[in-house]
Amino acid sequence: MKLTKSQKRTLGRILLSAGLLILVSLLRWIGILPDVWYILLPCHLVAYLPVAWQVILKAARNVAHGQIFDENFLMLIATVGAFVIAEYPEAVFVMLFYQVGELFESIAVGKSRRSIAALMDIRPDEARVERNGEEVILSPDEVQIGDTLIVRPGEKIALDGIVLAGSSNLDTRSLTGEALPRSVGVGDEAISGCINISGLLRLRVIKPYGESTVAKILELVESSSLVKSKAENAVTKFAHWYTPLVVIGALLLAIIPSLITGEWQRWLHTALIFLVVSCPCALVISVPLSYFGGLGCASRHGILVKGANHLEALANADTVVFDKTGTLTRGSFEVVRITPVSGDEGTLLAVAASAEQASNHPIAESLKHAYSTRSAHPLPQADGIEELAGYGVRAVIDGSTVLVGSAKLMEREGISYIAEPDVGTAIYVCLNGAFLGSILISDRIKKNARETIDVLHACGVRRAVMLTGDREDAARAVARDLSLDGYAAELLPADKVERLEALLKDKNGTLVFVGDGVNDAPAMARADLGIAMGALGSDAAIEAADIVLMDDDLKKLSTAIDISRYTRRIVHQNIVFAIGIKVLFLFFSIFNMTNMWAATFADVGVAVLAILNAMRTLKK
Amino acid sequence: MKKTFAMENLDCANCAAKMEKNILKIDGVRSATVSFFAQKLVLEGDDARWDEIVKEACKAVSRVDADCKVIAK
Repeated sequence: MKLTKSQKRTLGRILLSAGLLILVSLLRWIGILPDVWYILLPCHLVAYLPVAWQVILKAARNVAHGQIFDENFLMLIATVGAFVIAEYPEAVFVMLFYQVGELFESIAVGKSRRSIAALMDIRPDEARVERNGEEVILSPDEVQIGDTLIVRPGEKIALDGIVLAGSSNLDTRSLTGEALPRSVGVGDEAISGCINISGLLRLRVIKPYGESTVAKILELVESSSLVKSKAENAVTKFAHWYTPLVVIGALLLAIIPSLITGEWQRWLHTALIFLVVSCPCALVISVPLSYFGGLGCASRHGILVKGANHLEALANADTVVFDKTGTLTRGSFEVVRITPVSGDEGTLLAVAASAEQASNHPIAESLKHAYSTRSAHPLPQADGIEELAGYGVRAVIDGSTVLVGSAKLMEREGISYIAEPDVGTAIYVCLNGAFLGSILISDRIKKNARETIDVLHACGVRRAVMLTGDREDAARAVARDLSLDGYAAELLPADKVERLEALLKDKNGTLVFVGDGVNDAPAMARADLGIAMGALGSDAAIEAADIVLMDDDLKKLSTAIDISRYTRRIVHQNIVFAIGIKVLFLFFSIFNMTNMWAATFADVGVAVLAILNAMRTLKK
Repeated sequence: MKKTFAMENLDCANCAAKMEKNILKIDGVRSATVSFFAQKLVLEGDDARWDEIVKEACKAVSRVDADCKVIAK
C-alpha cells in the first residue's frame, strides 16, 4: 500500500507518540519515575504533543472562526480534561488512537477513490490521426469531425467513428462490463472508450471528443458522486445535533451529580468519556463511503448510476414498468419457426427468400437473413417479381408461379392453407396453387428476460408491468411467457404516461421504468426512477435516464437491484452498529462501568469497522 | 450559472457537510454541493452576483477548515 506524504508524516507521529508512551509507562512501572504529578505530567506531555500538536492548532483556528463543535476541539477538551484529573496515560492514548482512526480513514477513502478512478480508466490520452497522408498524434480534443482516426491493435478508440477500413474485435469491458468482444467491420460504428483487440482500424470521426461516448460517460460518472442519498443527508443532520447534545450532556454530567455527591473526580471522568464518544465520524464517513463504493461497483458492471439517491431508490423498487420492444424483446424480427407441409425447412425457406430477394421490408430482410444462416440450398433464380402491396409478392421460379405473403393473400387467391396458430407475423408460401408451408416471424423475447422477472419477484418487487405500443395479441403473448403482473398494449407515448400515473398512485415504494430511452423519454421522466437499456452509443438514453445499463442484457437490471440492496444493507448495518455502540458506551459511562481506554477503543474501533464494512460495497 | 470546482485537502466528511450548509446561506446561491469523495464543489447561483458568490464560498470553505482550498479557475 502506498501512503501519501501527509499520511506518512501522521504515521511517523503516531509511532513516535506510541513509543514515548510505552517508554514512560515502563519507566513508571519499574519505579524509575516517581508517582508525582510534576514529573509525570511533563513526561506524558512529551508523548502527547507529537499527535496532539496539529489537533490543537486546528481547534484553535476553528474556534477563532466561530466553529466550536468540531472533533478537534472535542478531542482537545477530552484530553486536557484527562490531564487535569491526572489520568495521564489515558490522555495520550485518547489522542493517539484518535489519530490512528483519522489515518485509517484517510487511507481507506484514498483507496476507494483510487480504485474507482482505475475502474473508469477509459479516458483516451491521445488520438492517432491521418492528416495530409501522414500519421500525427493529437490530443483527442484537437481531432475534428471527418478526420481519419487510425487505431492499432491494443489501442483505445479515442472518438466515436464509422469504420472506413479494416475489421476487428473491440473490448467493451470497461464500458459495459461485458467480457465478450464486439466485432466491427466496414460501415459499423466504433464507440470511443473501447479497446481495439485484433486488427488495424481506420475510422471516420463522427463526433467531437466532448460529445463522444467516452466523454459523456466520464462526465456522468464524475458527477454521480455529487448527488447525495437521503441516508447521507439524514446522517449529516444527525451529526449536526448529536455532537452538541453529547457535549451538553457531558457538561451536565460533570456539574450536576458532582454538586450533589461531591465526587468531582468520578463525574468529570464520566463526562470525559462522553466527550470521547461524541464524534460521529464513523457514521458521517461510512454512509457516503458505502454509496460511493456501490456506485463504483455498479460502473464496473457496466451500470452507470447518476447519483447515490438513485441507488437508494432502486433498493426500494416496488413496481417495475417495462417497455416491450427492445427491452423485454430483442426488437428485431426473426424467423422463429418453419412449418413445411412436406419436404424440408431449407427448401421452403429458400423459395420464400428467393421471392423476397428484391424487397427490403423488415419481413423480407429477416427471411433473407434466416436463409443465409440456416439453409444450405442454393438460392433459386426468381423472375418477374411483382410486389402485391399489403399482401406479399408473386414471382416465377423455375417456371412455377410462387406466392409468398399473408393469410389475406392465400384467401384472395383461393388457396387452402394451414393457419399458423402462434402470435407473430405468419408468411405463407404457395407453389403453382399448392400450399407449401408457413414461416413464422416474430420478435423474440430476450434470453434473460424470464429469469430477470423471476429474480425481481423473488427480491420483493410487487409488480412487473409492461406498457407497449405494440398489438394486443403480441403483448399478451409476451406477458404470458414472462408471467408479468400486468400489461397494456396499443399505447401511444402519451397513453404510457397516463398508465404510469395510475400505477404511481398505487405503489409502496419506487416506481421504476425500464426502456430503451429513445422513444419513451416522457415515461422515463415521469417515473420515480428511469432506467435506460442498451445505452452504449445512444446519447438520448444517457441523457434521459437516472440509471444507464450500457448493454441490452436484462440481467444487468437484477445486478443493479442486487447492488443497490447490498449497499442499503451495509448502510443500515453501519447506522445501527455505530449508534448502538455509542449509546451503549454513554450508558456504561454513566453507571461507571467503563473507562477511557475502552471508550477510545469503542470510538475508533467503530469507525474502523464501519469503514471496512462500507468498503465491501466496492468489491461486490 | 453553475460550475464545478475542484477542492484540495478536504479531509473530513463532516467538514464537507458544514461547508455546504454555510455556502447555502450565501445570498444568491441557488444550490451547492460539497462532495467529500469527489473533492468537488458544485455551485449554482445568480449570474449578477457570481464573482462575489465564488469569493464568499471560498471564504466559507476556509472558515470550516483553514487547510482546505477551492481551486477557482
